[in-house]
Amino acid sequence: MTTANPSIDQTDTLPLKQKLAKTTAIQRRRAFLLTVPLVLFLLISFVFPIGQMLFNSIHNDKVSGVVPKFAVAIQSWDGQGLPSEEIFEIFVKDLAIAKKVREVGRTAGNMATRINYELPGSRSLFTKSARKVGKITEGPYKEALIKIDKKWANPQVWLTLQRASHDLGPSFYVAAMDMKYNEAGEIVKADELYQIYLQNFIKTMWLAALITFICVLLAYPVAYLLAILPLRQSNLLMIMVLLPFWTSLLVRTTAWIAILQTEGVINDLLVYFGVIGEDGRIQMIYNQTGTIIAMVHILLPFMVLPLYSVMKTIQPSYMRAALSMGSKPFNAYRRVYFPLTIPGLAAGTLLVFILAIGYYITPALVGGQDGLLISNLIAYHIQKSLNWSLGAALGTMLLVVVLIFYWLYNRLIGIDKLKFG
Amino acid sequence: MNKLVNKTLIAAAVATTMMAGNAYAGSHSESITVVSWGGAYTKSQVEAYHKPWMAATGNTIVSEDFNGGLAEIKAQVEAGNVTWNVVDVELSDAVRGCDEGILEVIDHSTLPDGDNGVPAAEDFLPGALMECAVGNIVWSTVFIHDESKIQGVDGLTDFFDLGKFPGKRGLRKGAKPNLEFALMADGVDPADVYEMLSTDAGIDRAFAKLDTIKDSTVWWESGAQPPQLLADGEVTMTTAYNGRVFNAIASEGKPFVINWDGQIWDLDLWVVPKGAPNQEATMDFVKFSTGTKPLADQASWIPYGPLRKSSFGLVGTFHNNAEIDMGVHMPTAPDNFKRALQNDFEFWADNSDQLNERFNAWLTK
Amino acid sequence: MTGETPLVRFENIQKSYDGETLVVKDFNLDVAPGEFVTMLGPSGSGKTTCLMMLAGFEPATQGEIYLKGKVINNVPPYKRGIGMVFQNYALFPHMTVAENLAFPLEVRKVPKAEREERVKKALDMVQLGAFGGRRPMQLSGGQQQRVAVARSLIFDPDLVLMDEPLGALDKNLREQMQYEIKHLHEQLGLTVVYVTHDQTEALTMSNRIAVFEDGIVQQCAAPADLYEKPQNAFVANFIGENNRLMGKVTAINGDRVDVLSDNGDVLVATKINVDAVGDRTTVSLRPERVFVNPEASSVDNLFSARVEELIYHGDHIRTRFTVCGHDDFIVKVPNSAANSLLQHGNTVPIGWKMEDCLALDA
Repeated sequence: MTTANPSIDQTDTLPLKQKLAKTTAIQRRRAFLLTVPLVLFLLISFVFPIGQMLFNSIHNDKVSGVVPKFAVAIQSWDGQGLPSEEIFEIFVKDLAIAKKVREVGRTAGNMATRINYELPGSRSLFTKSARKVGKITEGPYKEALIKIDKKWANPQVWLTLQRASHDLGPSFYVAAMDMKYNEAGEIVKADELYQIYLQNFIKTMWLAALITFICVLLAYPVAYLLAILPLRQSNLLMIMVLLPFWTSLLVRTTAWIAILQTEGVINDLLVYFGVIGEDGRIQMIYNQTGTIIAMVHILLPFMVLPLYSVMKTIQPSYMRAALSMGSKPFNAYRRVYFPLTIPGLAAGTLLVFILAIGYYITPALVGGQDGLLISNLIAYHIQKSLNWSLGAALGTMLLVVVLIFYWLYNRLIGIDKLKFG
Repeated sequence: MNKLVNKTLIAAAVATTMMAGNAYAGSHSESITVVSWGGAYTKSQVEAYHKPWMAATGNTIVSEDFNGGLAEIKAQVEAGNVTWNVVDVELSDAVRGCDEGILEVIDHSTLPDGDNGVPAAEDFLPGALMECAVGNIVWSTVFIHDESKIQGVDGLTDFFDLGKFPGKRGLRKGAKPNLEFALMADGVDPADVYEMLSTDAGIDRAFAKLDTIKDSTVWWESGAQPPQLLADGEVTMTTAYNGRVFNAIASEGKPFVINWDGQIWDLDLWVVPKGAPNQEATMDFVKFSTGTKPLADQASWIPYGPLRKSSFGLVGTFHNNAEIDMGVHMPTAPDNFKRALQNDFEFWADNSDQLNERFNAWLTK
Repeated sequence: MTGETPLVRFENIQKSYDGETLVVKDFNLDVAPGEFVTMLGPSGSGKTTCLMMLAGFEPATQGEIYLKGKVINNVPPYKRGIGMVFQNYALFPHMTVAENLAFPLEVRKVPKAEREERVKKALDMVQLGAFGGRRPMQLSGGQQQRVAVARSLIFDPDLVLMDEPLGALDKNLREQMQYEIKHLHEQLGLTVVYVTHDQTEALTMSNRIAVFEDGIVQQCAAPADLYEKPQNAFVANFIGENNRLMGKVTAINGDRVDVLSDNGDVLVATKINVDAVGDRTTVSLRPERVFVNPEASSVDNLFSARVEELIYHGDHIRTRFTVCGHDDFIVKVPNSAANSLLQHGNTVPIGWKMEDCLALDA
């Protein structure tokens, strides 16, 4: 065609880019509308809860919500001796109102729980006093309160209250880092007997790394077999690999208990064949070994599948080419086949490692005293101790660790190269 | 979540067949969810409370299992979406839940008099009626062994004696009530246990005692585990809830022996999450189930002591074996009660955060 | 063949994958040094299998393969020293072009300096001097192809195997690459065994072509021989276009065969692949060897034919006639003024010579 298209040429006042944008706008709007359900779903089920978790870890209004006027007034206190009579009065009145209203999440008990995190043993001080403050009708309030319980004369209680009156603060991260506030309000290392989170993080990480490594060792040959076997055999093998996916977690775990326990199948067989004596039964469950065995079993498919999907796409001609160029089979494998499987290996490793960090049901059931991983501690704080803020702080730290690993992977391998299958 | 949420719609058939002859029939039948600890314990409640109540009112009960604690109640109340009507909790949780305002206040004056006419306030044992809870049973944590494997166990000291009785021990994964057991085994009088635990030296002493069996301990979390661990030969001795063990002995014929020395007893109570639906039916169930007869009936299914004095005389024999007198298997039976400790809910309310933290740290070291 | 040892010799090679059917039935072939031999055939005819046996990726079920006079059946592929170009190039995607080229040198422990020099030379040879640092995926199909060829040559192998190397390229590029490979072959004096299913490619490039069908070499000859003197109906049909007239042999007289076509016409043909009077025969005739309006004395066969269809091809007009009872008789009529009178439906005389008309097997 030799004639210029007049509509695109200078006869039109609109630049070409704008025209294009206009014509594609409808298409783009339609495409966007199609993604709306997913965007909403992600917002509601993912972004919002994680945001709330982050918020919870630094925000706790269990003091200001219960004794709001006091929370403001106490800030004027210089921390010397005891607060003024005026502040005591505000506190007593606020507490009496909270006791009377009994609003969910704003009771003396809520405040007591909050202060008890930092001042162990002080819980009943609040709950008991709350029951009695209604009877204090006139001053001096300081004296009356101390009469209810002499612990009110301890400046430590008021210092802690002052600190906790701030809704926002790092106190839960302080606890999550095995630290605490000392009497002077400085952040110091917690007593060694109460240090648990940091070393648990390290232990969790180490265990996850070990499990990932074992998964790589076991999954690599299996995935290779899957990729090269004829369809019929590979299907059968695939079913065996996927079987753990199709069994409920509890059934699987219970099965491991039946097999591994000291009176279990494996030990019985070993005793029967005389490999070990009746007294020499091996402890394979309720310890680290049990955790590793069960977790490897459960997480193996997450390693096999990405590896398999990558290996499936590696044409045999690559290996043949390497051989034809004079490379010995092992060298060809090392220089050509293995590097080509790295995207799958990376995906599987990342997947298994991150899942392993966060796993807690299996370790809790088969891990015995070694089965206490960081996620169990988070679950403990969410379900048992109900210290959701500390749970959130630990959860946030876990999230940060995962993100660091993700970032490292991106730097080393490139997330765009990961192949999950 | 390491708990089996086991939803079972109990005996809808029973309810429908019985509906014909009761006053509510046809007008409106309601459904409430009653949550308890599962296994033989829930079974006893279903037989003694749920079925008679459903027959009498035409309402239905959905029975759910949980592992204790306040997490679910707190989550439901704070989300404003309460689906549980009545929950069976430990004393410390009843107190804490009430303090935090997530439980309904229960008006004790509406509770029925005992069958002998004594008002509820006097009929219930002291401490059984709380601001937000009505007690139903006394239960106990005891330690057990398998008589077919070891003999001659004599007192709590033996539980900590690995030389005399080699093998694994089973303990609940948590600070409570292991610290109490440890001190009692170390020779502390039950009356002094909590006083001692209020000092650092006492806590150190308890952990030091636990240290002696730490490497031989299997930690359990749900009440169904310890009898299983013992049956599997995974442990030589284990702590356990007395009712579950009795059930394994009486119903399954297991050669287990309950050692009452140093037992730690506690109350279980009904609580109602704040804002639970069907309030009328819910409260009706609470009143009904804590009546003289249902409490006594429950004791024929599981040896947890009823909390009404008027029920004591009605406790009879095991439901399917008239030769087993339930009375002697109760934690409160005189022979069993020689060296017993009541769980101090206030101590644990104050110290559980700190002590569990130390326990967890100790566990991983 | 002369008396010198062939570079490659296939001797009574048989191959079966499943133990039941033979995909290669009895393969014999000698390849002289410097020769460009193509194995041509439809897919599944066994040609690629033979190449893979030569490369060492498939064992021969029976028979011997010789390389430079030595049996190599049990020599692993990496010791055979044979260069190979694969159908999809098999360039290692995780290495740059230069690294790909250096790979065969590396495994041969060629010193680094020499390696770099040879890689540079190889890149220049295929006019890709500036592309050494790129990854294969960043190259066009033709460029990848050149890298693959360069890589197969960089360690100076005695023999280069090519397995449908141009199959993935479009037509223009394919023709261009055919010449480039041909030139490399001539310049470097390579010995090449080439596999393709494209007969034009085979004709363009090869010294000799082995035509495969059903696990058997139907004919192995130089391109011109193959085209001019196909030994059987399959080869005639597979190589180039041909008209086939079916009939029965009525007389054999030296090279001359008289054939009675199925509709009763009598043809005179050259004897190639018929044995006796009475045999069924396929008479094969190239479309460009038929003359329209010939002088009667210049042809041995003369028939009147009806024009069914005319397709304009620029240099010639592809004309479909009905003749001797066949309505798909194709003639390539040169585009000259004399023939411009052909009209659809006209009846014209057409004819051809006896030597262009071959009596083959039925």
